[in-house]
Amino acid sequence: MTVFLVLIVIILFVIAIWQMTKIYKLSKPVKKDGEIQDVANNKDNRINAKLMLMFLVFLYFLMAYCFWNYSKFYPPEASSAHGGLYDNLMFITLAVIMFVQLITQVLIHWFSYKYHGKKGRKALFYADNDKLEFVWTIIPVIVLSGLIIYGLFTWSDIMNFEKSDDALVVELYAQRFNWKARYSGEDRILGNANVRFVEGVNTVGIDASDDDGMDDVITQELHLPVGRQVIFKLRSQDVLHSAYMPHFRAQMNVVPGMITQFSFTPTVTTEEIRETDYIQEKMRRIKKIRTEKSKELVASGQAQLDDYENFDYYLLCNKICGQSHYNMQMKIIVETEEEYQEWIKGQKTFRQTIAQQ
Amino acid sequence: MSAHAPALDHGHDDHAHHHKQTFINKYIFSTDHKMISRQYLITGLIMGIIGIAMSLLFRLQLAWPGEKFAIFELLLGKWAPDGVMDPSIYLSLVTIHGTIMVFFVLTAGLSGTFSNLLIPLQIGARDMASGFLNMVSYWLFFLSSVIMVSSLFVESGPAAAGWTIYPPLSALPESIPASGMGMTLWLVSMAIFIASSLLGSLNYIVTVINLRTKGMSMTRLPLTIWAFFVTAIIGVVSFPVLLSAALLLIMDRSFGTSFFLSDIYIGGEVLHNSGGSPVLFEHLFWFLGHPEVYIVLLPALGITSEIIATNSRKPIFGYRAMVASILAIAFLSTIVWGHHMFISGMNPFLGSVFTFTTLLIAIPSGVKAFNYITTLWKGNLQMNPGMLFSIGLVSTFITGGLTGIILGDSTLDINVHDTYFVVAHFHLVMGISALYGLFAGVYHWFPKMFEGKLMNKNLGYVHFWVTAIGSYAIFFPMHFIGMAGLPRRYYSNTAFPYFDDLADVNMMITVAALITGAVQLVFLYNFIHSIFYGKVGAKNPWRSNTLEWTTEHKHIHGNWEGAIPHVYRWSYDYSKLNEDEDDYVIAGQDYVPQNIPLQENEEEMNH
Repeated sequence: MTVFLVLIVIILFVIAIWQMTKIYKLSKPVKKDGEIQDVANNKDNRINAKLMLMFLVFLYFLMAYCFWNYSKFYPPEASSAHGGLYDNLMFITLAVIMFVQLITQVLIHWFSYKYHGKKGRKALFYADNDKLEFVWTIIPVIVLSGLIIYGLFTWSDIMNFEKSDDALVVELYAQRFNWKARYSGEDRILGNANVRFVEGVNTVGIDASDDDGMDDVITQELHLPVGRQVIFKLRSQDVLHSAYMPHFRAQMNVVPGMITQFSFTPTVTTEEIRETDYIQEKMRRIKKIRTEKSKELVASGQAQLDDYENFDYYLLCNKICGQSHYNMQMKIIVETEEEYQEWIKGQKTFRQTIAQQ
Repeated sequence: MSAHAPALDHGHDDHAHHHKQTFINKYIFSTDHKMISRQYLITGLIMGIIGIAMSLLFRLQLAWPGEKFAIFELLLGKWAPDGVMDPSIYLSLVTIHGTIMVFFVLTAGLSGTFSNLLIPLQIGARDMASGFLNMVSYWLFFLSSVIMVSSLFVESGPAAAGWTIYPPLSALPESIPASGMGMTLWLVSMAIFIASSLLGSLNYIVTVINLRTKGMSMTRLPLTIWAFFVTAIIGVVSFPVLLSAALLLIMDRSFGTSFFLSDIYIGGEVLHNSGGSPVLFEHLFWFLGHPEVYIVLLPALGITSEIIATNSRKPIFGYRAMVASILAIAFLSTIVWGHHMFISGMNPFLGSVFTFTTLLIAIPSGVKAFNYITTLWKGNLQMNPGMLFSIGLVSTFITGGLTGIILGDSTLDINVHDTYFVVAHFHLVMGISALYGLFAGVYHWFPKMFEGKLMNKNLGYVHFWVTAIGSYAIFFPMHFIGMAGLPRRYYSNTAFPYFDDLADVNMMITVAALITGAVQLVFLYNFIHSIFYGKVGAKNPWRSNTLEWTTEHKHIHGNWEGAIPHVYRWSYDYSKLNEDEDDYVIAGQDYVPQNIPLQENEEEMNH
C-alpha cells in the first residue's frame, strides 16, 4: 500500500512539474525581438542576483546556527596529556579557516549580486595582475607554513614519544566484534603472541612456551591509572580495525600481521569527568531524549531503552570490519593508581587461566 | 600568426564525409566523439540516479535507525525483512554508492562526457585521434557499468568493504559474505573500467598534443582543455596502480598468495597466509585514490573557468596562473596519498612528509579560488543556470577545501579520521563541487550536444537554488557530528547512548537530502524534455569565444562543413576594448571569437 502511495506521489510530482512548465509557457508574453529564449535576460539576472544575496544570508545563518547549537558536540576537554596540544591546534586552525571562509563567501556572493548583468553594462577587461596574484600566493604560503610547522611539532610530540620508566604497556587486541586488553603483568613484558596459538581459553594467542607471557592478564575492560604513561600495542586477529578513543584524542589502526602502537597519558579519571559541567549537561540532555524515546516505545508495546546513568569513556572501532562493526566497543575506566592496583590484582593471569582448564 | 592559410592542412578535410550511416553505427557503435560523449553522459546519469538513490536509502536508515520503510522492502527485498534494513546491505549501499559516484558518475560521466565533446571541438579537430579506441573506451565503460549493476543482484550481496575495499575484509568471504561473488564482480568491473579510462585518457592526450588547429598554441587553449589534458595525464599515471592493487587482491582471494594477508584467524581457523600487509594495499589504493579526487575535480574546475569567463563577459583572471595551478595541483596530487593513512600504522615520519605536501596543495587551490572571485569582480554577469552552478562550485570548493587543512594535518587527523567530518569534507569539495561542474557543463553545452536546443532556464533556476541550499544543509552540519567523534560507516549509532543527542542532526540532514534528491528530478525532467522539445537557440547562444560555437547546430561527421577554422587569439577576449578605448574591438559586440584575426585598432596581447 505504502509503495503504491510513494509511486503515486512521484507520479503526481512529475505531472505537477510538467503542468507548471506548461502554464509557464502559456503565460509567457510574446518575446521581444533579438532575445533568445532560455538565455538569461535582464530580469533573470536581477532576480538571481538578489537570490545570491539571500543565499549569502542563508549561508551565514546556517554557519552561525551550527556553531551556536552544535559546538557543544565537540568532545569535552581532553582527558590526556597531549590532548590539550591537539585542541589548541584545532582551534587555531578552525579560526584561520573560518576567517577565510567568511571573507571569501562574502566576496563570491556579493560580487555576484553587485555585478549582475545589465543591458549596457561594460565588463572590465582585466586579464592579469602579477602583484595581486603574488599577494594571494604568498599569504597562504606564510599562514600554511605556520600551521605546518606547528602541526608537525605537535605530531612529533605525540607520535615519537619516549617511554617513561613507569610506563604501562597494554596490548589492545581486536577481533570481530570485540576488544580485549592484555596487561604485561609483574615482569612488565608482554609475552610473544600470534594468532597461530589461538586455541580454547588462549583467546589472544599467547605463546605458552614464552615465560614472559605467563603473568600476562587479559581483560574485557580497559583500566588505566591516571597520570601514568600508557603505551598501547595494537594487534588484530582478523581484519583491519581502528582503536578510536575520542576523549583522549587518540586513534590508531589495528592491522593484522603487524603491531602498531600509540601512547598517551590519561589525566582525568572517570569519576572526575563525570563531575564536569560538560558531562553533567550532556547526560541531562541524553537522559531526556531517552526517557521520551522509551515512553514512545512502551506506548507502542516495545521494550524501553536501556538505562544510561553514568558516563564512561569508551573505545570504539573506526575501521569497517563487518556486520556488527557499529557495535564493537570497550569500556575504558581511568582511576587512581591504588584503584588500578586493586583491580589488576583481582584479574586472572594467563598462567591461572590455563591451569584452571 | 599569418592569416594566409596554406591549403595543405585541408587536404584530407575537404572531401565530403558521406558514409552511409546505419542505426547501429550512428547510435550504438559510433566512432563520432559527439555521439560518444552523449553515450557517456546518459550512462553516467543513469548510474548517478542509482548512486544517489542508494544514498537516500541509507540516509533514511541513519535518521531513523531500525525503522520500517516500505521502500526498503520494495527495493531491497530479502535484505530488508519486514522493511527493516539489514546491516550488511547498509554496508553494501555505502560501498556501491561511493564506487558509483566516484568512478562511474564523476570520472566517466563528467570527464568522459566533456573531454569527448569539447576536446575536438575546442581545439579545432575533426574528431579524436582514434575514433575506434574512443568507441572501445565507451563500450568498456558500459560493460563495467553493467557488471557493477549486476553485482547488486548477487545472492550473497554486492561488495560491502567500503569503496576503498581494504583487505582482509574484502579478501575473505569468511568475514562478510559480500566479499565473495559481489567483491569478485566489483574487481572485474573496476579492472574493465580502468582499461576504459586508460584508452580514453591516452586518446585525449594524443588529441590535444597533435590535433590542434593552426594557431592553437598551448597557451591559447581554453582552460577546459588544459584541465582535461592534465586530468588525462594523472589518470594514465595513477589508474594502472589501482589495477595492480586489484590484480594482487584477486591473487590473494583466488590463488592463495599473501600480498595483503598475514596472521589471520577467522571463522575458527588460522589462515596459512603470512608476511603480507594491508598497509601495502592502502598505499597502492591511495596512489590512485588521491589523484582520483583531482581526476574528478579538475574537469569541473576547467568547465567552470570557461563558463565563468563567458558569463562574466570578462577574461578569466590570471590565465597563466590558472594553468600553472592546474599543473601544480596535478603534480602534488600524486605525492600526497599518505594523508589517508596517517594512523594506518605507517612510520610517523612519513606522516610528516605527507602533511607537508598535502598542505602545499592549498596554495594552488587558493590561487584558483581567488582568481575565480576576481573574474567575477566588475563583470557583467549573465545568470544562466550554468553560471549559477559555476558560482556554486566556487563556494562549495572553498568551504570543502578549507576543512581539508584540518584533515591534511596529521595531528588533527587523529581525532577526526574516519568520522563524519571526513564525509562532510570530501562530499563538499569533490562530490558536490564536481556535480556542480557536471550540471554547469550540461546546461552550458546542451546546445552543442543536442543540435542547438537549450534547456529550460526556469527549471534550471529551481534546480540550482534548491540544490545549493540543500547541499549546504546536508553537509555543513555534518562537520559537527564528525567532530563529536561519530564514526562513518556505522549502520546505527544506537549502540552508543553517548551519541543520542546527535540523532536530531542526522534527521535534519536526511530531510535535506530527500529534498535535494527530489529536486534532481526537475533536472532529469528538464534534460529529457529539452532533448525532444527544447527551444532551438542561436548558433552561439552564450556569445562565447571558443571554437565549438562556430560549428552548425546539426551534427556532422568531422564537425565543420568546410575548412577547420584557424585560431588567432586566446579564448578570453571578452569585453576587450580597441586602442582608442571608445568601443569594443568589434564594435557593438563584447566578444571576439578565437577564429577572428587581429583587428585594426586592436592592441595585441601576449596570447
